[in-house]
Formats: sequence, structure tokens, C-alpha cells
Amino acid sequence: MQELEVYEEDKVTQYIVVNLGIEHYGIDIKYVDNIVRVPQITRVPNVQSFFKGVINLRGEVIPVMSLRLKFDMPETEFTSKTRIIIIKVDPSAAIGVIVDEVEEVRDLPESMVEKKTPDKNDPSQFYITGVGKTDKGLVSILDLATVIGEKEIG
Amino acid sequence: MDVSQYLGIFLDEAKEHIQVLSDQMLILEQEPDNQDAINEIFRAAHSLKGMAGTMGYKRLQRLTHDMEDCFSAVRSGQMNVTSGLMDVLFQALDSIEGYVETIQNTSDEGDNDNDSIVNELQKFLKGEGGDSSTAEKASAKPAEEERGASASGDKAEYRNIVLDESQKNVMKDAIVSGKHVYGFTVFIQETCLLKAARAFLVFKAIEESGDVIVSSPSSQDIEDEKFEFRFSLFAICDADIEKIKSAIMSVSEIEEAVGEEYTEEMLDSGSSEAEPENAAADKPVENAPVPAGNAAPAAKENKSVANAKKPAGKPVVSRTIRVDIEKLDTLMNLVSELIIAKNTIVSAANSGTQTGGGGRNPLVENVEYLESVTTNLHEAVMKVRMVPIESAVNKFPRMVRDLEKKLDKKMNLTITGEDTELDRTVVDEIGDPLMHLIRNSADHGLESTATRIERGKPETGTIFLNAYQDGNNVVIEVGDDGNGIDVEAVRSKIIERGYASEETANQMSDKDIINVLFDPGFSMAKQVTDISGRGVGLDVVKSNIESLGGDVEVKTKLGEGSTFIVRLPLTLAIIQALMVIVGGEKYAISLDSITTIEDVPVSDIKLVQQKEVIQLRGTVIPIIRLSNVLGVESTKDENENLVAVIVKKGDTLAGLVVDELMGQQEIVIKSLGKYINNDRIISGATILGDGEVALIIDANALI
Repeated sequence: MQELEVYEEDKVTQYIVVNLGIEHYGIDIKYVDNIVRVPQITRVPNVQSFFKGVINLRGEVIPVMSLRLKFDMPETEFTSKTRIIIIKVDPSAAIGVIVDEVEEVRDLPESMVEKKTPDKNDPSQFYITGVGKTDKGLVSILDLATVIGEKEIG
Repeated sequence: MDVSQYLGIFLDEAKEHIQVLSDQMLILEQEPDNQDAINEIFRAAHSLKGMAGTMGYKRLQRLTHDMEDCFSAVRSGQMNVTSGLMDVLFQALDSIEGYVETIQNTSDEGDNDNDSIVNELQKFLKGEGGDSSTAEKASAKPAEEERGASASGDKAEYRNIVLDESQKNVMKDAIVSGKHVYGFTVFIQETCLLKAARAFLVFKAIEESGDVIVSSPSSQDIEDEKFEFRFSLFAICDADIEKIKSAIMSVSEIEEAVGEEYTEEMLDSGSSEAEPENAAADKPVENAPVPAGNAAPAAKENKSVANAKKPAGKPVVSRTIRVDIEKLDTLMNLVSELIIAKNTIVSAANSGTQTGGGGRNPLVENVEYLESVTTNLHEAVMKVRMVPIESAVNKFPRMVRDLEKKLDKKMNLTITGEDTELDRTVVDEIGDPLMHLIRNSADHGLESTATRIERGKPETGTIFLNAYQDGNNVVIEVGDDGNGIDVEAVRSKIIERGYASEETANQMSDKDIINVLFDPGFSMAKQVTDISGRGVGLDVVKSNIESLGGDVEVKTKLGEGSTFIVRLPLTLAIIQALMVIVGGEKYAISLDSITTIEDVPVSDIKLVQQKEVIQLRGTVIPIIRLSNVLGVESTKDENENLVAVIVKKGDTLAGLVVDELMGQQEIVIKSLGKYINNDRIISGATILGDGEVALIIDANALI
């Protein structure tokens, strides 16, 4: 549990702050491999509904999921601001998550993040491990391993 | 010395030695007098001991040392090969394998002393030979240790060379005729890179004034660099010892040469250890009168006889280098990218010619050339990744031996086609499923010895594993001449267990019934296993083989035996595929599974049990509308003729209805990754020339 160590040492962690509608979410930068515009997505039949399909990222086939659908939020059209964050929790397997917009990269010192137990009953709160306070408002820190299904909720 | 960087090599080589030991011990058990086997065993055990010592694995070293002592005693005839001895030795081998496994996982040998086995071995060493041999063993042992610790101890290792009678005779004759016989041990500097070449020069230097009679290791092994940085030899020379010594030392990178002149008495004093192993080969030489002058040629002849004998027992070592599989993966990926780039150029060139009008332009020609080069390159890279299935099947003879004892049935395993090659990744994975099938045959397939005699079958049951290449597939058949599958017993079990209603079960064909055995839910049932004689882990076998892109089917005849036929693709990464369009989406279907493509008028479609079928050259074939399976709207008009891609799995055919055909293409298979769970219809994806991703349909999963 690397996050825990970070908390104890009160270290500064860098987050990519992304937006879904009016909400801000923070993704620990150490998991982020790349941020790309939305290329052509090939639909994969009969898979979990939040998977939009697969894309070709420099010769690799990478599955992409909609963070909106994963969080039970209404789906929206892709815009020029829509981005895919390529995530590697397991170094040998990449996955893309589609977000409405990438806002910024932000340093958050530990003291500014309030720890939180993920709420198992609210889909939009399943994956939140903490809330960071910034001058622009609150940023929900995402537990990526759980979001992409690398580990069970809880 | 930090040895961790050698750990990988140690593990690889240790496994090789263990395999050699296992193979040769099996041979030895069958033919206790097989000297080639015992020599091979001795060499493997000795190398293993040396390696373990170097790496600091004391327990492993101790165990191999005791094993080596046993083999040494067997070799010198002090100990007889008994079933009891072999059992203990096999146990010891298992423990050694255990050590190596622990080392692989933890890079430490663990703290299991395996005292009981060591004690057993010691008991054999003490018990068998009686008083005289214990004494002899005591004298043999220090010699053994000397070999290991030569650098610090006695350097005159030539004293350890065991001379046979004919060699002694040759040397004695030489002494009588006024020549000199020398024993030498030559040490090469440890920094020397071409020790075989240096050794060769030493031999050449000696042969300028005489003849080398015998060397340890053998001249063949020295030539193959199969020796440490030292070797020993006996030579007959005219010149005096100092001259020979200086001739040896004049070869560069030679650290030291120790030697002495031998007299007749000295030659005789070592005679008690004369080895029986070469006796057969030596006889012609011994019987022939050896005139003093011809001593050297006779010795040479003797050597050539010994050498000629070797190839029979020793497998020809293929010239190989070890390459990290990751490097091959990188190479493979690069070739994949090249093929994608090539596909891009091909499509660009084709669209270029369409607009440019008639006439062949140089671009198209060169693109065709590029195409043939990439195809050849692909094949070459695939071949690099191919390894014989031997490494997966070579543990089976030992396993069957153990099963034989455990199940108290007489059985014999025959393996053919172990040199059939498959992709390395497939070979790594195929061992377990095959092991399951062999166990199955041994446990459930073969009848008890009593039953076999009663049925008039040979007392010893036969289990066979035949591998061969069949087009783009490799077929591995595993079977037995046992009881076969009792289909009716399985059928009644299916009904009894409520797996299917009586009515359904009675309608099921024999094939369907047998297929139920591969069902996970079904084969779990112990009762079925007992009655049908089949079932343990067959679902696992099936899923393992399918995950490798293969399939498995069974042929069985009650009372005569069963054969499991495993079919595996030769390559995993790049295949020829038919590109099709369904509902505007592009899909690839492996060309391997396609038999024909048919144009089917809508009026030809009939309904059988609410399922659409067509008749094709007398066969009724179900048709599957891919648009339904894939959840898209077909773009074709309902009344238009259907395009049906006829695919087969084993003997079963099905027609896949697509909207349009795009053509044949070489595609690179990419995994969809572990995050997407699809229902196995999609086996992967590929990247097309224009960068678009197309999914690959697994026809096998649809049938």
C-alpha cells in the first residue's frame, strides 16, 4: 500500500485532475502512462457495458472504458476536450479511461487530502479514497486499481 | 564470489542434468549392464555436484555426492542395480529436483536435509559390497574429492585416469621398446577463452614427438570444450620429460603442466580399478598381437573404436545458444509491426494503381517484393521460437514408471515424434494437459493386469503419445489400449445425476455423451469417474488446450482403448485470415478453420428445430448469423443471397453469415488484455493497414 506510506510521510503527490461534468477527480500520476485524444474506437461485442471498445495506440490494442458509465453517470457525446488517460497499474497491461476533460497536473501535499472509506452503496463513491482541497474546489482522489478492476471493491 | 548472476545458467543446466539423470536411470533400470547409461549418469551427477558446490548449495552438493558414490560403485561393479536401489536413487533425484525448484523460487536451497534419503544411500553404499569393497570405496572416495579440489591439493590428476588392459599393454610394449610413457596434467589459465584450441595445441605439441594414448576428459569432449580448465593424458614419446613439458608450456595461456614418467610397475599398480566398460570394444585389439613398433597405431585404432562406439549411446548435441525469450518476443513484435506497416503500404499501393490507371508501376512490384520478404522474415522468426515438444514430454517416462508402481499395473509408454516443433510458449503450457491425459490413461484407461489377461490382451498395457505436424497444426495423440469409454455407463450416469433428462440423454449421440465428460460440472462427479473410467480433470485439459488456440477430441472403442487427439496451432502470433464485414464492422476469421465460402439463396434456408440450416453437397449445416451474435444490424437486404463462410471444428461444420467479404490478409494477433471479459467469441484483435482495430472471431467458440 504505497498510498499509506505517502500519508504517513506527509509527502506531496502529483495528481492529474480530470473532469466528469462538474466533478473533479484526481488520478495519481504514477499510474498514468499517457494522455491521448479519442481515436477511432472499435466496439467489442458482448462485454461489460462501460467498455467502449478497443483502440490502437502505437501498435498496441488497448481496451478503453468510459469513466462516466463506470460511475453510473449519463453518457455524453465526445467533444474536442474528451481525452483518454492510458493507465498502467500492472506494467504489462494498459487500459484507457475516457474523461470529459483533463484540467491540470496538481501537487497535493498530504495534509490537504482527507482520507475517506469508499462507500460501497453509492456507485459514484465506490472508488474514492480521499478528498483533496484545492483553491479551485474539491478533488476526489480515485483508487485506480479498483476502478479498472485490478482489485475488488473494499 | 557473487554467483547470483549465474543463477539462471545454473538452473537451466541443473534441469538439463536432472533430465539426463532421469532418462538414463530409466534406461539403467531396464538394462543394468548398459555402460553408456551409467557413464552418462555419472557425468551428469558429477557436473551437478560441481555446480552445486560452486554456487554454495551445500545440501544439494551432499546429496548429489552420495548419489555419485552409488553410481561410482555401480560403474565399478561393486554394486548391483536392484529395484530397491533404483527406488532410492529416484527418490534422491526427486529431492534434488525439489532443491532446484526451491532455488528457483527463493534462490536458496532451503533447509531440508533429506537425511533419510542420504542415510538410505549410505546404507546401500555400506551394505552391498561387504568388507573388501568398503575398503575400496574408501580409496575411491579421496580420489573423487581430489578431482573436485584439485587446485589446492594434488595436481597429478593423470593418476586418476583409469587405464584399461589394452592401453596398458600398448604402453608397456612401448616401454619395452625403449620409449617413454608419461602422465601429464595440464592446467589452462582460467582467463583463457578458447581452451579447446589451447588443448588442441598441447596435443599437437606432444604428438610431434609421440602419441597421446588416453586423455581425461576424452579428446572428443575436449574438442567440444566439455572440460574445466585442466585435462590429463597419457602419452608415449621418444623425447625426455623436460622436453615435452617445455613443449607444452610453450603453448600460450598454459598455466602449468605436471607430469612424471611411468614405469611398467607403476602402470600395473593402478590396475585394480581397470574398467570393464571398454572390454567389449577392446577385445579385437587385445587379441591381435601388438608388435612394439606398431604400438602407437594400435593405440589409435583402439581410440577410434572407442570413439565409434560413442555416437550410439550419446545423443547428438544440437548447436544451440540460449536466448532470453523476451528478446525473441521483441523480435517478434518488431516483425509484427513490420507486417502492419507492410499492409499499410500494400493498401496505399493498391489505391494508387486504381487512380493511376493501367500498366504495372515499380511501386507495386516492389511492394510485392516487400510482401514476400516480410512473409519469409515472419517464418524465420517463427522458426526461432519453435522448440521440440521433447522438453514437455520427457518427464513422462519417469511418471509412468511411478504410476506403474503406484497402481500396480504393468504399463509401457511409447513416445513418437518428440522432435515435433511448436512455439515455445505452447510447449511450456502443453505439459500439464498431456500429463493429465497420460495419468488418465494409466489410471482409468488401462485395466488391471488380471483383467487384461482374462480378456486375452498383452499383460503389459500400452500408453502412447504420438506427435506429428499436420499442415498448420501439430497433432498430439495420447491414448491407451485399455478399456475405452463405456458410453452407455456415462449415459445412465448423466440421467442419474440429473445432468440431462432421460429423453434428452437417450437422444444424445455417442459423441455428445463423450463430450459431456469434458464438461466442468460433470467431470467433478467421482461416481462417474469410477464407472466411466474417465473424467478426472478433463475439463481442465480442455480449457488449457483451448486457451492455447487448440482443441481436443476423443476416439474410443469399448474394450479396445481410447485416443485423445489434441490439435494445436503451429504459431500463435501471426495468422492468415479472411477479413469480413458484418453490420459495417470489420472482423477477421482464421483461414485455418474455413473450408469454403458459399453464396446461399434465401430460399435454400430451412428450419430444423427452430434453427436455420442449409444443405450443402448433401450435408445439413447449421447457419449462424454473425450480426445476431455480435449484436449489430446487418446492412444487407433480407431477400439478398447470403454470404456464408463455412467453418469446421473437428468434423462439425457451420456456416457463418457475413455481410461482405474483404479478402485474405496476414494478420498479427493482439490480445484484448485482461480487463475486458468477453464471451470467447472474440479471441483477439488485430491492427489493419489503416490503423483501425479489427476483432478476430473464434469460429471454434461459435460451433
